[in-house]
This record gives sequence, structure tokens and C-alpha cells, in this order.
Amino acid sequence: MTNGTPLLELKHIHQIYTSGTRKFTAVEDVNLTVQEGEYVALLGPSGCGKSTLLRILTGLQKPSEGMVLYRGQPLEGVNPHATIVFQTFALFPWLTVLENVELALKARGIPPSIRTPRALDLIDRVGLDGFENAYPRELSGGMRQKVGFARAMAVEPELLCLDEPFSALDVLSAESLRGELLELWTSGSIPTKAILMVSHNIEEAVFMADRIVIMDKEPGRILAELEIPLAHPRQRQSDEFRALIDDVYALLAGQTQPESVELGAAPGEIGRVRSLPDVHIGDLTGLLEHLAEKPGDRDDIYRLTEELTLDSDHVLRLTETAELLGFVTVAKGDIELTPLGETFAEASILARKEIFASRIRRLPLVRWLIGMLQRAEKHSLKSEVVKVALELEFPPEEAGKQLETLIQWGRYAEILAYDDSDEEIYLESTPEKVAV
Amino acid sequence: MGLFENILPPKERMQRLFTWGDAAALLLIAVALYGGVRLAFNAPAEIQGPTIRLEPRLLPWYALLSIGRMAAAYALSVVFAILYGRAAAYNRRAERVLMPLLDVLQSVPILSFLPVVLLSLSAILPQKVAVELASIVLIFTSQAWHLTFGWYQSLTTIPKELREASDIFRLNTWLRFKRLEFPFGMISFLWNSMMSWAGGWFFLMAAEIFTVGARDFRLPGLGAYLQEAANQGDTRAILWGIGTLILTIVALDQFVWRPLLAWADRFKLEMTESDQPPTSWFYDALHNSALMNALGRMLAPLGERLDAWLIRRSPMRTPDEAAHKRNWLNILLNLLLGGLLLYGGVRAAQMLAALPIAEWGKILLGTLATLLRVAVSLVIALAWTIPVGVAIGTNRRLAAVLQPIVQVTASVPATAIFPIFLLLVIHLTGGLDIAAIFLMLMGTQWYLLFNVIAGASAIPQDLKYTSALMGLKGWARWRTLILPAIFPYIVTGGIAASGGAWNASIVAEYEQFGGQTLSTTGLGALISQATASGNYPLLLAATLSMVLTVVLLNRLFWRPLYRLAEEKYRLE
Repeated sequence: MTNGTPLLELKHIHQIYTSGTRKFTAVEDVNLTVQEGEYVALLGPSGCGKSTLLRILTGLQKPSEGMVLYRGQPLEGVNPHATIVFQTFALFPWLTVLENVELALKARGIPPSIRTPRALDLIDRVGLDGFENAYPRELSGGMRQKVGFARAMAVEPELLCLDEPFSALDVLSAESLRGELLELWTSGSIPTKAILMVSHNIEEAVFMADRIVIMDKEPGRILAELEIPLAHPRQRQSDEFRALIDDVYALLAGQTQPESVELGAAPGEIGRVRSLPDVHIGDLTGLLEHLAEKPGDRDDIYRLTEELTLDSDHVLRLTETAELLGFVTVAKGDIELTPLGETFAEASILARKEIFASRIRRLPLVRWLIGMLQRAEKHSLKSEVVKVALELEFPPEEAGKQLETLIQWGRYAEILAYDDSDEEIYLESTPEKVAV
Repeated sequence: MGLFENILPPKERMQRLFTWGDAAALLLIAVALYGGVRLAFNAPAEIQGPTIRLEPRLLPWYALLSIGRMAAAYALSVVFAILYGRAAAYNRRAERVLMPLLDVLQSVPILSFLPVVLLSLSAILPQKVAVELASIVLIFTSQAWHLTFGWYQSLTTIPKELREASDIFRLNTWLRFKRLEFPFGMISFLWNSMMSWAGGWFFLMAAEIFTVGARDFRLPGLGAYLQEAANQGDTRAILWGIGTLILTIVALDQFVWRPLLAWADRFKLEMTESDQPPTSWFYDALHNSALMNALGRMLAPLGERLDAWLIRRSPMRTPDEAAHKRNWLNILLNLLLGGLLLYGGVRAAQMLAALPIAEWGKILLGTLATLLRVAVSLVIALAWTIPVGVAIGTNRRLAAVLQPIVQVTASVPATAIFPIFLLLVIHLTGGLDIAAIFLMLMGTQWYLLFNVIAGASAIPQDLKYTSALMGLKGWARWRTLILPAIFPYIVTGGIAASGGAWNASIVAEYEQFGGQTLSTTGLGALISQATASGNYPLLLAATLSMVLTVVLLNRLFWRPLYRLAEEKYRLE
């Protein structure tokens, strides 16, 4: 369907946030072209800047550096030819379905004699006939998102942007809405020239898009692009489809690196400080136990989403954690337990805690925190102090999350104790000497 | 529980106890007061008050006058709140100045400004106009900050995706106001408005009865009627006046606020149907009447035309266009304002420096005396509101009986019945002291009671069950369950209550009654005496002292308590 005319071009887009004197790169040097007739998916873990990118390319947000070209012209302000379908629908709760759809047309100065029939027609086409005068609160999630689609189509956008439009819906509604969108798109019955969808669901991206742009985090950047040469409708169980999904996982999960690279630097040292993935210990244990039951202690990462009924983002975070702690190795979209991981999966609760403690003591961030606590009076610090120190490395919100993860992991490992009422972090009473 | 669900501890807004913004705000207040006092030098020494007649048939007229003043002040407050709130919410640089200013203004005892405003306006305007305007300014200052703050909070809590949707669908300023900001802020704006009106009555009554020395600043209205009736000891007129006042307040509630609340229920953000939407018989009647519906159909095309015209006239501006507005004119204006402030500050300081030490001693003594009265009234209020409030809040049947009574009683502004109360206690020893504490109590206890009820009814059922299972009874139950649960609400109520008590001190500590002047030691009395005797430096010093004391109390006493409540005792 591509006819080779670039509709949208992003050139060297950077998004940098400053917090005090520190700068954090949310998006680094992104170059992207969307052609007319293309359905592009932006895929990546949470925090990779894909939603930020969507806001930049629609003109809702100005990039710190770089240029957005629309039909070859630099974009000024909000792009009038683009529209967004939001993850949380963004419907006005005090307006009826009809009023919500009409509002987008009214804002463009279209008189009621034209806009009402057009809005009614669209509501009809998304299958909400009879619900024109209902309020959003009376509708199910899937129906609300249909209103979101009707509103977006009403202004006849050339560029339709979808911001994880199916992720807040239940499985069945999401599936049927995907099918309906694809039908509208492939039949050419809407004037839309290109669709750009942000997603963290790998299967969804492979199912719908012509091209997948894979992003990574810290800093948010484009990792790879992948064409999906399959014709619609795509068969999820087909071998080609499975192979493509496996490829995407392989790209996103990466390959286990040598230890020094995996661990990164401690705060204050030269080199990038690796942040800890936001993962609960219970989930990690679950993953390792699951792998231990598999023949050969290995699995395809993409299968894990189905087997554990988790979304792909969550699975990738768990994989990253297990890899970081040396419990698994990852290569080409496959995950395999290491002997250590196997031992952990089979160990008793107390033994697990010991293994876990010995593993996290190797993490530069944990070593750094223990070192600080040992130097501190009474081996304790206010959590606020640690947070401020972390803010030298991470943006404030991320620093808070890192601290929470550190405390959670440290408590489980019985390395740290935390008193919530006076917000003090303590070293547990028998501190072992840590080699610095 | 209707009203009570809407009393929630407001969010913590500033981390530090003092900022430069606070200093600037205090300076601005000082300079404004100084300007007022300078003008006051030319105020006439004797001011003839209006003749108030006690025939009951004049009451509707007096009530209308009072309502007119309230409505004018409220309209001003709304316009101010919308403009100021938008400026603060959408402009980062303006926000840094406007919000601290608002925060200080909110905690300042408004009534302490009354003498300065009255004197300065009488110096430049014809007498009748000056007094009318002063009452409106006073009510405005009692309503505007609160409304503005609420509106600002609504604007800044509009969900991000709704703001983004408005951008992407190109709503211009007008449509954004009509379809997003106004509906989103409507419910809290209405509740704030109702509270503002309740507070407004308090200040209006005070303004209507204000007399010092040879200056009679009274205004014809319900407040003045009640005072005159008490003065003449005319019990029949007193009863007529109170009846009219209650009737007016109830009528406003039934014909204005309830219908508005019922109508505004559609603006609820929740995506679920509410169990008990507010209802109003009057709204239902209007809603179902053929006349109103016909009127609605007639007005709809007009509204459509207005929208279309406004959309054509000012299409959506992109944010960067709007941001590039800083120019030399702006800088010049800022410099000019800064210079004026500095000059005014220096002149005010000079005036204060000229005040004899003995007068400062009086101010200190007065501050302590008034502080003591405020504390006593708070303690008394706490002593009865906690048990009663908890009883009402935890017992639905009791609530059903007592709530309407409490609401009507609370709606009567304390300043209106003050002259009547004075009539009763005037011959006792320490009569005015008792009366002053009584007035403060009347001004404080309802805030506390409402907050305690709100806190008690918010105790989760499972916590109640748990404490029952554990066999907690008596004091143990109070200490482990009830007091911690209502603590944040007591603090919130306490902040409002102590503000109310300070305000009351102006009218409570100095009174002209039946031809004689009564006064007791206190900062409020000092302000009134300074007004009566034309001692303007003392007036400035005393007013500023009160402002400063209350601001300091808020920051050093209430705010730490508030933080404690927020962090430790919040039920989530």
C-alpha cells in the first residue's frame, strides 16, 4: 500500500529533561520516516520514550532538539492533520457519545447541519448505533474506545496516532476492536493516510503493523526496524508469524553480555549506572520455578507471555532481572536457566534468601548503598538522603522508584531494614564486610 | 452525607515554611494598608449613619439590600477567581508569584481590614457609596481567595489526557473553558461557593453594624436591623429579624444552591453511576416545566451562534505562540511595581517607627489577650464538637435527625446575633469578655463540627469491626481508632476555626451598645479604638500585627500539625 511519499519525518529528535543541574535524556537521536499508506508500530518497554515521541510528532510537545517535518514542512504547534486515540479514551464524561464526537468537529467551526449527520454516521460505522445519547459512564471499556475511534475519524485525519489503544481493554474487546480497525484500514474506507501505533504488546504489533520500530530505554532510542511482510488477515498460529514474534523478542531481550557490561557502574563512578527493573521478588521466583519445570530448563521468551499470562512488557522486565542476577542467560529470543538459577528455583525459602543476597551484593547500586550505610552513623540513613543521592543519577520520579526497589530487594535479602514511620534505612545487624 | 463528603483535607501545597513569595505577599499587604491609612487622614471625623426603622414590613427591603451586596461581591469574586486561577495555572512564572500571595491572603483575618477600607473609601467617595463599596470589598476579600484557590486546583488537576485531547482536537480558549475547565471544576466550585456565601454573611453582618466613636458606618440591611432591634431591646423586632435572616438563607439554599448542585451532578468525573446523587425538588420542577424547555430550545441556536462566532474570532493558539509574550513593556511594568512596593514599604516602616514604645506595648498585650481568647474558644469548641460530631458521624439515625438542625443553626451568621447576645450578658461581670468568647465560639465551632462529622463518617467499616472484635471499648477505642482517624479533620477544621476566631475579635472586643462604648483588652479592640480616635499609625501597626500573628501561627503551629496529620494519620 506504500506509495513512497513521506508523510511524516522525524530528524534527530532529542528530548532532554533537566532536574536541578542534572540532565536526563528521555529520547536520543530518533530518526523516523512514515510513508503514506503505512501502518507503523512503535514498540518498546515502558520508559523507552515512545509515548513522548508520539506527543512530539503530533506537536503536543516540542522536542529539545531536532525537527518534525510533515509533508516536508516543519511542524508548528499541534498538527491539524493528526489525531490521537488515547489509551484511557480521554472522553469528556459530561458529554454524550454524540456530543463527544461532535465536539471535535465543532472546534473546527463546522456548523451543526453538517457535523451532526457526519458524527451520527461515524457512530453508526463503529457499531454504536442507538448509543448516541448515552454518557461514557454507561458504556463498557470497548464501547468507550469505539467512541474514541469515532471521534478521531470524525476529523478525517491523514495521520492517525494510536497510543496503546487496546491496552486498557479486556482481551475480547481488544481483539474485536483490532479486527474492526484493520478492516476499516485495509478496505480503504477511511481517508487516513497512515497509522502510527504505540504499543508494548509484541503480538499486537506483529499482528497489525507493516513495519515495527523497536525502541530501547535508558536512553530512549530506536534499536531496530523490522518489516512485517505478511498479508492481512494474519494467522497467529502460522510459523511465519511465530518466527517474527520470536525475532522481536530476540531484539528486545538482547543477549546476555559479559558481567562488567551487564552490571554497569555505581553512582559517582564513570560509566552508566544501570537501573534496577521494577520487579517483585515473588514474580521473579515464579518465573524461575516455571523455567525449572521446562525440559532443558529453557523456553522461548514469547511463549512465556501465554504460559504465565503476563503482558510482554512485564515478561521482559522479569527476564532482565533474572539475567542481571545471573539466574538465566538470554540469547536469540531464548531464555535458559543457569545452574545458579536452577539451584535457586529448588532451594528452600531461607536458602533462596541467601542466594539472592549474595547475588544482589554484586550489583553496583546495592554495593554503593551498603557502603554509604556503613559509613553512616549507627549504620542508618534517612531515605530522603538516599533519594537525593540517587537523583544525581536518575530523574526524580525514577530515583524514587529505584529507592523503592532497592529497599524491597534489600529487605527480602535481609541486608537492609526499613522503618516506615521515621523513614530510616538500616543495615541489618550482622553486616558482612563488602569488598569495595 | 451531603455536605460533609466534600470536606476533605486540602493537599499540602508548600514544602518550606517560608518563601520569598510570602515575604513579598506580606510586603504587598503592608503597602496596601499603608496606602489606605494615608488616605484615611482625610476621612471625615463624624459620620452620620442611616436611620434603621423596625417595622417588620420593611424587612423584605432590608433583606434585598443585603442579598444585593452579597451577590455583587460574589459576582466580582467569581470573575476574579476565574481570571486569576487561569493565570496562575497556565503561566509558570505568574504561578510563582500568584500562589504564595494567595496563600498569605487566605490566612489573613479579613475583618481587620474593615476599618482601613472604610476610612480610606470615605475619604475619597461620597459617604453612602463608600460604605456600600467597603462592604462589597470586604465580602469579596472573604470569598475570592478561597474560590480562586479551588479553581486553580481544579485547573491543575484536569487529567493530562483530557488536556491533550483538547489540544489535538483544537479546542480554542472558549470551548476549552466551556467544555473542559468549567464542567471539570463545577462541582467543587459550587461547594466552595456555598461555603463562601456562608462566610460572606458573617462579614456582611459585621460590615452592616460597624460603628466606632463618632463614625457610624452602618448600612441599611438585615444586620443593621438586628443590631438596632437589640439596641432598643425590642424582642418582637429581634424575632422578626432572625426569622427573616433564616428564611433568606434557607430560600437561597433551596432555590439557588440545591438546584445548581443537582444540575452539576452531570459533571462528575467518575465513570460509574453515583448511588445518591444530590436532588432538588425545585430543579426537578424547572427541569420538567414546558416553559423552561421552550426557553432552552429558543436559546440553543443563540448559544450555537455565540460558539461559532468565538471559534471564528479566536482559533486555537499553539502554546509556543502564547509563550513568546515577554517584552520590554512587561519588564518595565514589573520594575515600576517593584519600585512602588519598595517605596511604599519604606514609608510604611517610617510610619511604624514613629509609633511610641508604649503603644507597641499595648499592641503586644492586646495580641496576647486576643490569642488567649482565641485559644479558649477553640478549646471549648473542641470539647463539645468532638463527642457530638463523632456521635453524629457514626450514627446514621442520629445524623438524619440532627443534620438539618445543625445546618440551619450553623447558617446563621454569628455576627448577626451578636448584638442580641450582648443584650443578655451585658450586665454580668466580665460581660463583654464572655460575649467576645461567645462570638468567637460561634464563628469557630461549626467548622470544627462539620469536619469532625466528616472524619467520623469516613472511618472504614472494617476498622470499626476489627476494633469491636478486639474488644476495644471506652478510652482505648477512642485512642486507637477514633482520635487518630479524625485527627486530620480536626486539624483542617482547626485552621479554619482559628481564622474565624481572629476575625470575630474585631467586632467582639469593641462594641457600641445603647449609646455607650464597651471595650476590653485585645488586638481587635485596639484596632477599633484606633479607628475611633483617628490614631492612624496605631491602626496600621495593630492591623499589621494581627496579620503577622495569624500568618505566623499558621506557619509555625498549624502547618506542622497539618503535615503530621497528612503523613501519619491519613486513612487510605
